[in-house]
Amino acid sequence: MDKPFAITLKPGSSLANHTGSWRTTRPEYVDRLPPCNAACPAGENIQGWLFHAESGDYEKAWHALVENNPLPAIMGRVCYHPCEGGCNRQHMDSAVGINSVERFLGDEANKHGWKFAPAAAASGRRVLVIGSGPAGLSAAYHLTRMGHKAVIYEEAPLAGGMMRFGIPKYRLPREVLDTEIQRLLDFGVELHLETKVTDVQQTMKDGFDAVFLGVGAHIAKRAYIPAGDANKVLDAVSVLRGMEDHDAPLLGRRVVVYGGGNTAIDVARTAKRLGAEESIIVYRRTRDKMPAHDFEVEEALQEGISIKWLSTITEAGMGERGDDIMVEKMALDENGFPQPTGEFERMEADSVVLALGQDADLSLLENVPGLVVDKGMIEIDAGMMTGHPGVFAGGDMAGNERTVTVAVGHGKKAARAIDAWLRGEKYAPLPKPELATFDRMNPWYYSDAPKTMRPVLDIIRRQSTFEEVLGGLDETNALFEARRCMSCGNCFECDNCYGVCPDNAVIKLGPGKRFQFNYDYCKGCGICATECPCGAIRIVAEEN
Amino acid sequence: MLKQTEGSHAVAEAVALCRPEVICAYPISPQTHIVEGLGEMVKSGDLKDCEFINVESEFAAMSVAIGSSATGARTYTATASQGLLFMVEAVYNASGLGLPIVMTVANRAIGAPINIWNDHSDSLSQRDCGWIQLFAETNQEALDLHIQAFKLAEELSLPVMVCMDGFILTHAYERVDIPTQEQVDAFLPPYEPRQVLDPAEPVSIGAMVGPEAFMEVRYLAHAKQMQALERIPQMAEEFKTVFGRAIGGLTHSYRTDDAETIVIAMGSVLGTIKDVVDEMRDAGEKIGVLGITSFRPFPIAAVAAALKNCKRFVVLEKSLAVGSGGIVATDVRMAVTGMGLKGYTVVAGLGGRAITKKSLHALFAKAGRGELEPVTFLDLDWQVVNRQLERERQTRRSGPAAESMLRDVGTVASKIA
Amino acid sequence: MSLQPVKFYQTGTFTVGNRLLAPEERSVQANMQRTNSLNSGHRACQGCGEALGARYAIDAAMNATNRQLIAANATGCLEVFSTPYPETSWQIPWIHSLFGNAAAVATGIAAAIKVKKQKGQGGDVRVVAQGGDGGTTDIGFGCLSGMFERNDDVLYICYDNGGYMNTGVQRSSATPPAARTATTMPLGPEPGNVFGQGKFVPAIAMAHEIPYVATATVADLRDLEYKVTKAMGIRGARYIHILVPCPLGWGTASHDTIRMARLAKETGIFPVFEAEYGEVKSVLAIRRPLPVEEYLRPQKRYAHLFGKSPAVATIARIQALADKNIRKYRLQARQGGH
Ligand SMILES: Cc1cc2nc3c(=O)[nH]c(=O)nc-3n(C[C@H](O)[C@H](O)[C@H](O)COP(=O)(O)OP(=O)(O)OC[C@H]3O[C@@H](n4cnc5c(N)ncnc54)[C@H](O)[C@@H]3O)c2cc1C
Ligand SMILES: Cc1ncc(C[n+]2csc(CCOP(=O)(O)OP(=O)(O)O)c2C)c(N)n1
Ligand code: SF4
Ligand code: SF4
Ligand SMILES: [Mg+2]
Repeated sequence: MDKPFAITLKPGSSLANHTGSWRTTRPEYVDRLPPCNAACPAGENIQGWLFHAESGDYEKAWHALVENNPLPAIMGRVCYHPCEGGCNRQHMDSAVGINSVERFLGDEANKHGWKFAPAAAASGRRVLVIGSGPAGLSAAYHLTRMGHKAVIYEEAPLAGGMMRFGIPKYRLPREVLDTEIQRLLDFGVELHLETKVTDVQQTMKDGFDAVFLGVGAHIAKRAYIPAGDANKVLDAVSVLRGMEDHDAPLLGRRVVVYGGGNTAIDVARTAKRLGAEESIIVYRRTRDKMPAHDFEVEEALQEGISIKWLSTITEAGMGERGDDIMVEKMALDENGFPQPTGEFERMEADSVVLALGQDADLSLLENVPGLVVDKGMIEIDAGMMTGHPGVFAGGDMAGNERTVTVAVGHGKKAARAIDAWLRGEKYAPLPKPELATFDRMNPWYYSDAPKTMRPVLDIIRRQSTFEEVLGGLDETNALFEARRCMSCGNCFECDNCYGVCPDNAVIKLGPGKRFQFNYDYCKGCGICATECPCGAIRIVAEEN
Repeated sequence: MLKQTEGSHAVAEAVALCRPEVICAYPISPQTHIVEGLGEMVKSGDLKDCEFINVESEFAAMSVAIGSSATGARTYTATASQGLLFMVEAVYNASGLGLPIVMTVANRAIGAPINIWNDHSDSLSQRDCGWIQLFAETNQEALDLHIQAFKLAEELSLPVMVCMDGFILTHAYERVDIPTQEQVDAFLPPYEPRQVLDPAEPVSIGAMVGPEAFMEVRYLAHAKQMQALERIPQMAEEFKTVFGRAIGGLTHSYRTDDAETIVIAMGSVLGTIKDVVDEMRDAGEKIGVLGITSFRPFPIAAVAAALKNCKRFVVLEKSLAVGSGGIVATDVRMAVTGMGLKGYTVVAGLGGRAITKKSLHALFAKAGRGELEPVTFLDLDWQVVNRQLERERQTRRSGPAAESMLRDVGTVASKIA
Repeated sequence: MSLQPVKFYQTGTFTVGNRLLAPEERSVQANMQRTNSLNSGHRACQGCGEALGARYAIDAAMNATNRQLIAANATGCLEVFSTPYPETSWQIPWIHSLFGNAAAVATGIAAAIKVKKQKGQGGDVRVVAQGGDGGTTDIGFGCLSGMFERNDDVLYICYDNGGYMNTGVQRSSATPPAARTATTMPLGPEPGNVFGQGKFVPAIAMAHEIPYVATATVADLRDLEYKVTKAMGIRGARYIHILVPCPLGWGTASHDTIRMARLAKETGIFPVFEAEYGEVKSVLAIRRPLPVEEYLRPQKRYAHLFGKSPAVATIARIQALADKNIRKYRLQARQGGH
């Protein structure tokens, strides 16, 4: 076309006008730390694996998950999911059911027999892992991934630690446990059962370059309760451990559990399932002070467990048949501590189970120089190493927070530290990006979607059998739940920035490749950042 | 084909023969019959493949024309007087964008006071709008000029106004020779737009142009009109070969060879003037006529050449540059700059005032004697005017500006008295 | 237990794109091959809602017409910032004629297309006319109404930023009550626009009983695209009125452009609906109801309402207008749905 001068112009010629020079602030893509990830003691990249689950690629999601935690099917059952407590979605409706999706993925993996991605090339280094609880399994797994030979010595006849000998089956079916442990063994973790380590330094001499201790805490704490003979006073750990034996423990018709932790609840619920007509928890403080998780208390109450608040057992084995106990009423002082009131009550009890916590058995560490033990707990540095070089520790024996998840996290962290140590380096964790707080997001963009409830086993069956109480999500529900994730702080390719820029200054790189700013044209208006649903764009002042 | 028909209808037939693709117009006397005629042809199917659009205003008419022309459709509209003024913004725009729209202006006075009769105030108000303006003397010329107008417009990518006197031509029944479709087709090729809105080759038409290029754009518009000065006479020649009629061109000289006085005019009044000239020639006066067909571009050289040998010229125009005098006269004076001619401006026929042979005889005789005022208002009723002026002098005390204006008019009046 | 709608896609259609949706269900703007009809390098202010709205709308129209589209543009910001010599940002055949004639120019284009097609010289090309609120509701209103009345095959899109922004923020007949512009000050007791004046052209368009009238905002891209697409599927006169916040004229932060549009819709200030042949057919319900104050407060053009002693009565009047919209168009938030 022979265009008239000046009044008729060639299409798109404004590309010659670089409006980027107008800019005083610039947008930048960032990956912020999602609060769920920040809250996960196992350091899972939850947002990362949910991203794949959202699109229905469960295998990819599972692989992303097990990069940090090799036990999703277990974790999806027993983890107290602090991640959900951090979840930003709670500010909209309710937290994403991260845990239930995790379980779904774990179960899918078990169903389909998915295997871990191949490990790194063998380093030729051998690491001794003591204990096959979650801490030990996790350390062994991560060490194996990194190419080291991990060898577990386990005292018990079966692997799993408290996951097997503590957590009741109605919460963690043993097939699930077995399957996930077997996957680890298939992956190359070496396990020696019924192999108790009594002297670490001695055992180390079997050709190990480092050691990870994950012996847990198994010695039940006792409270002094004057008791006659007739009364059965047991401890929770033994009772639960006994559940794994052929003959279930005999607890009687009326069981009193003393304590307020999750273990107390587990024992009380177990007693009910073993046929106790009455299963009563005696706890010295109030419900809101109880360390047990509220949902577990709730489930227990539903199952007919009764709880005596503000009460202590002062005497057992009373009365003619020796099966009465004396309970004293307590009252909270202004600091919230229970104080005796002098008011007493007699109760009948066929057995009293003490669930007052456990201490670690550290006898295998005697003679190890440099170790520091404080209040029954071994001291470790930021890299999980004890005072003795090359001796690392984690899990229940090394922390106040005693959960499977913390143990898994410890195992991972220790494995990384051991890996560094083996290379003669000091482990330095990557700096954490800033938190993807809710105020950095634009929640408008998320569809309304209340949390999916997991199916719950009906009451009658719960009181009589050890069948799993909480069911899993089916595929649709899991997908739904995954999609409730808001991908806080991390681009999930919603195309908003690409769409909302009035200057076409965002380049879409294609599926999975995210976006790029075209600073030739970006005027720095900031719309992209304001309208980014997940807060993955920040605005920074333009220099000069 | 010879036909006794109304001027408007003759033009409608000519336009139809040009195969317009879009016709959009808004009614105003005395243009209505042209558009109605075209409408009938569209309806009857005599005019095929043509969109006839009833718009809601002249502004819309020209705007629709801009859109269709820019999209490559041969586009026609017609208006007059108030209608032309109502579309002015778009009129300028059409030429600024270089769109070859053809528009008939059925010349009519401009109000207030509202007046439906003929003069040239409307198209002359658009003197500088960038359109080519061709004035028809007869209905035959009006008809033929439309055919030339399309060709000229499309070749130059400029809009063309064909101006014909309202009522005097538009409503006059005369015998005209209506060409055949074959003739028109042979003369006027299909419209090949210079620029077109086309998804296959997108462009942005109508950019905002700043000081850095605006002068150049305007100069180029001027240069195009200068090109037209060359093309218009050539086109008249080409027309003659196809149609056998000498129509168009820039100017027409009539009995000017040895003329000492040359009367210059545009449009149908030339007929009356020629009659008077004939009579005066018979009486031995050396008088001739120069008819201007192309008012824009203004044929400076042609006018100068035509007046080369005369002693004086009289520009008789149906328009008034209020506060100054003549409009056409100004241009003619520019054309003869330095030639030492005496020139007279005669404002005549405003708002349809009859221009009689009698008055012209007297006028030309006076001019021949060198007695004419520089600016003359033909057949003005001085009694009425003076009475009014007198009244206003007595009752109006509206400040210095008004006072001085009154004084001015008073001077003119006293000269005549 | 689980009674969830199975179809749940995280952000559904709220975001521009959504990798969870089938490609054909995604927005035009999400497409890597979108036309970018209004390309980079234009000179609109930072965060200009009109620039955004125009690309949204024209890209959608291009998509709906298989890129067989011509646009006529009225004078105004959009025209000025997109086509200053020697550069144009438009990638489509585009013409700017005058301030008040875009609708008529489009009629002409449509007529030409029709003839060309009839003659077998051209394909099925469609026409869009576009202009600002001034070019639409005021100076271009005659041409617009004429185009409607003739039912010409034109989609007219009005980018309503509530004033003559290009000339420095003067009042138009689309300037909302109480909003301050450079020319509202002299009139009435308050610096803001007088209540009870102005016109809502979508309603007037409906009165022409044309096949399609819709309103939209730059905050609801999918709705906007749906409407443009739907409009392009209809023959005859169509009108879409898009609310496009103007950071300059409204005195809002450049990054708040979409947020402001959203607030206009969520407060009921700007009803978002569609109508066929003069009857409202659907509305975009309010999702998170808010008082008008939330919308007014961030805008400097309403700053005079929030001085030391807030203009409670005036704010209440605006709230009443919003409430009236909510009643009239039934904009009440509905449960669920996404
Ligand atoms: C009843 C109960 C319920 C619980 N429920 C939950 C729950 O729902 N969710 C949750 O997150 N946490 C729960 N916990 C806590 C959780 O089980 C522990 O925090 C976790 O198992 C600790 O892991 P670990 O690897 O540190 O130790 P452990 O799991 O205790 O494993 C230690 C292992 O080391 C072995 N071992 C010890 N000494 C030696 C030695 N000298 N040589 C060789 N092997 C040795 C032990 O046999 C054992 O297998 C529960 C605990 C109990 C008691
Ligand atoms: C006939 C005419 N009158 C006035 C103007 C001056 N003018 C140009 S753009 C404009 C305002 C445009 O306002 P609007 O149509 O709302 O578009 P915006 O700039 O707000 O996008 C005005 C008054 C003009 N160009 N033409
Ligand atoms: S929306 Fe576009 S122009 Fe604005 S800051 Fe983001 S990339 Fe830059
Ligand atoms: S004044 Fe308003 S409408 Fe105009 S370019 Fe700036 S932001 Fe856009
Ligand atoms: Mg505006």
